[in-house]
Amino acid sequence: MSGTDQPMIDFRKQFFANERDDNLNEIGKPTRRQDITGHVTGRSPFYDDHLFEGLLHMRCARSPHHAARIRRIDASAAERMPGVVRVLVGRDVPRNLNTLLSLLDFGIDDEPLLSTDRVRYRGEPVAAVIATSDARARDAVAAIRVDWEPLPHVLDVEEAVKPGAPVVLDVYPTNKFVYHGKYDHQKLRFGDVEAAFRQADIVVEGRYQMSPIEQAPMETCGAIAAPEQNGRFVCHTSTQALFFSLATASKTLEMPSSRLHFIGGTVGGGFGGKVDSIHEPLAVLGAMLTGRPVKFMWDREEEMQVGAPRGAERWYLKDGVMRDGRIVARRFTGYFDSGAYTRLSSYAIIKGVGHLPGPYTIPNVSADVYCVYTNRTPATAMRGFGITGVDFAIEAHMDKVAEAVGMNPVELRILNAYRDGDMKAHRRLAKNCALIECCQVVAEKAGVKLSPAMLAAASTRDGGGERARLPSHTATDENGRVQGYQASSYAKKGAKQPPPPGALALPPAARTEAPRPAAAQPPPPSTHTPAATAPRAGSMRFSSLSGFRKR
Amino acid sequence: MAMKPVTFTLNTEAKAAFTEDGQNLLDFLRRGAGDLSPKYGCGQGTCGACTVLVDGEPHLSCLVLAETVQGRRVETTAGLGQARPHALQEAFMERFAAQCGYCTPGMLMSAKALLDRNPRPSREEVIEAIAGNLCRCTGYEPIIAAILDVAEGRIRA
Repeated sequence: MSGTDQPMIDFRKQFFANERDDNLNEIGKPTRRQDITGHVTGRSPFYDDHLFEGLLHMRCARSPHHAARIRRIDASAAERMPGVVRVLVGRDVPRNLNTLLSLLDFGIDDEPLLSTDRVRYRGEPVAAVIATSDARARDAVAAIRVDWEPLPHVLDVEEAVKPGAPVVLDVYPTNKFVYHGKYDHQKLRFGDVEAAFRQADIVVEGRYQMSPIEQAPMETCGAIAAPEQNGRFVCHTSTQALFFSLATASKTLEMPSSRLHFIGGTVGGGFGGKVDSIHEPLAVLGAMLTGRPVKFMWDREEEMQVGAPRGAERWYLKDGVMRDGRIVARRFTGYFDSGAYTRLSSYAIIKGVGHLPGPYTIPNVSADVYCVYTNRTPATAMRGFGITGVDFAIEAHMDKVAEAVGMNPVELRILNAYRDGDMKAHRRLAKNCALIECCQVVAEKAGVKLSPAMLAAASTRDGGGERARLPSHTATDENGRVQGYQASSYAKKGAKQPPPPGALALPPAARTEAPRPAAAQPPPPSTHTPAATAPRAGSMRFSSLSGFRKR
Repeated sequence: MAMKPVTFTLNTEAKAAFTEDGQNLLDFLRRGAGDLSPKYGCGQGTCGACTVLVDGEPHLSCLVLAETVQGRRVETTAGLGQARPHALQEAFMERFAAQCGYCTPGMLMSAKALLDRNPRPSREEVIEAIAGNLCRCTGYEPIIAAILDVAEGRIRA
């Protein structure tokens, strides 16, 4: 039962036979990882596997409150404890405000390395003890006295966007990220969903909630930094994004990157959770201020409590469906829980909205998706960045729609799936579609019987034509336009004067146009009569590795 | 803090090193004895990345007081296959049974303890033996297949 004689991958070469290239060197053959020898001998150099004479250990004092003002931090007792070399606070950080994607000119600097005046989530660091052992650092952390003034907090995305909710970040006074300096959400409009809902036989609504998910790498996040003899600092790090961490350290420490010698690449599992570049600047700062090697490593409890997870998401979906199962309209309202700071959530939403309405050809689509600040742990990347949460909502909703129209859920998906050549809501033509074939294989494996028409369906047939047309009318609106910011790249950098809250609490502009009829629905795919089109000559398929490939 | 000498056998070598009061075996092996193959994953005995063998029995070194290995024999992944790869190492390499490699040293120690005690385990016994070793990358199946490859004689040292 070892499976030795069974192939690990089930190749189905009948699919896309005219497009596949079986001249493969690696796929389907056993191969050895280039780093496997180090792994099985325990010699792979993870960041904590670098020994330094006189290593110091850093641990953080953290907020016990979801939101609080810091009246005073008293580290005097901690500083006098045995083995304590230095206690860092926010004023020790040369530039104690950053947003991760500022390197891409995306978003306003909003997050301190060590907070000085206010904390916005439970576990936010306010001081860092550097001591000769981890145990001594822990003892000293317990001796740091912080005079907290607890503030009202908000932990729910929809509570957070209500007028009068506690403001998490002053630079985003409505608790929403601002895109392009203009909009408090990401918007997608294609056709006219409201008109289509009126023409649909059935309307199916759903609410979907994802919890935050911790990446939980086996190796906890961390970094070791040490002074080198040439004025540089070496930094061994668990980062998944070495140059990102290098540039973030360079910015927050106001130090040219030529003085930072970053070494990474051996990562004990990341899954997206090792991009936040928190450890490297603090470890290097510790090494700068003590002149000794400093390790800043989360323990497992910190990894789970303050390590940024995949953010929670809440989605509302509303579908207009015909009795035969065709989905004619789909509307999304989404709330990404960014937690207390932006990190990568605003960008994850751009990816998420780019994925809507899922892999289905729907002639009328509308989406408003908000990046919302709450007093929860800041969120960051995780596998399927920006996509996984909404895919959960979409696919759960597909099952709900199938139930509402009394249809097999696999057949509902095949009926509505993108075919090559269909117009997507993003006004790009669908290509390389394979959902139908995946559904057929899944149905076979799961013992779900499909009708002959559904078995005969193919991604390469019945697409395009009417289905490639743009809607004759797209309903647009000014909902979510914000005042007081100025348009720049994605968000105005360093907006000095956030708009007065009143200016942002305006109700959405009323619609002045009368709704027009929905765009003509595309004809349902004629799954009964495979079109006798010739195989596409010189077909173009997209390879995610090498871009477009002409064959 | 009192320092205390501990003499023990690390893999095939006699070792002596100092331990501090209350130091766990994981920290002692890594910092005191310079064997970096056992890994810190949780410090709470839940992940298995720090698994070592003490007198042939698997132990979570983060939960063992360093001074208790006085006069005993400790085996770690660094001691596996010193002349040529151990069969388990061969099988893990062949089966792609590691991705990030962080759980691998602990996984190998749990597997070795199993095969030393029971050279022909069933699949269920293999699963039981590595039940305390978490892996976030490979999905366990390649690891189980690798251990069975050795148990069933398909891969030898």
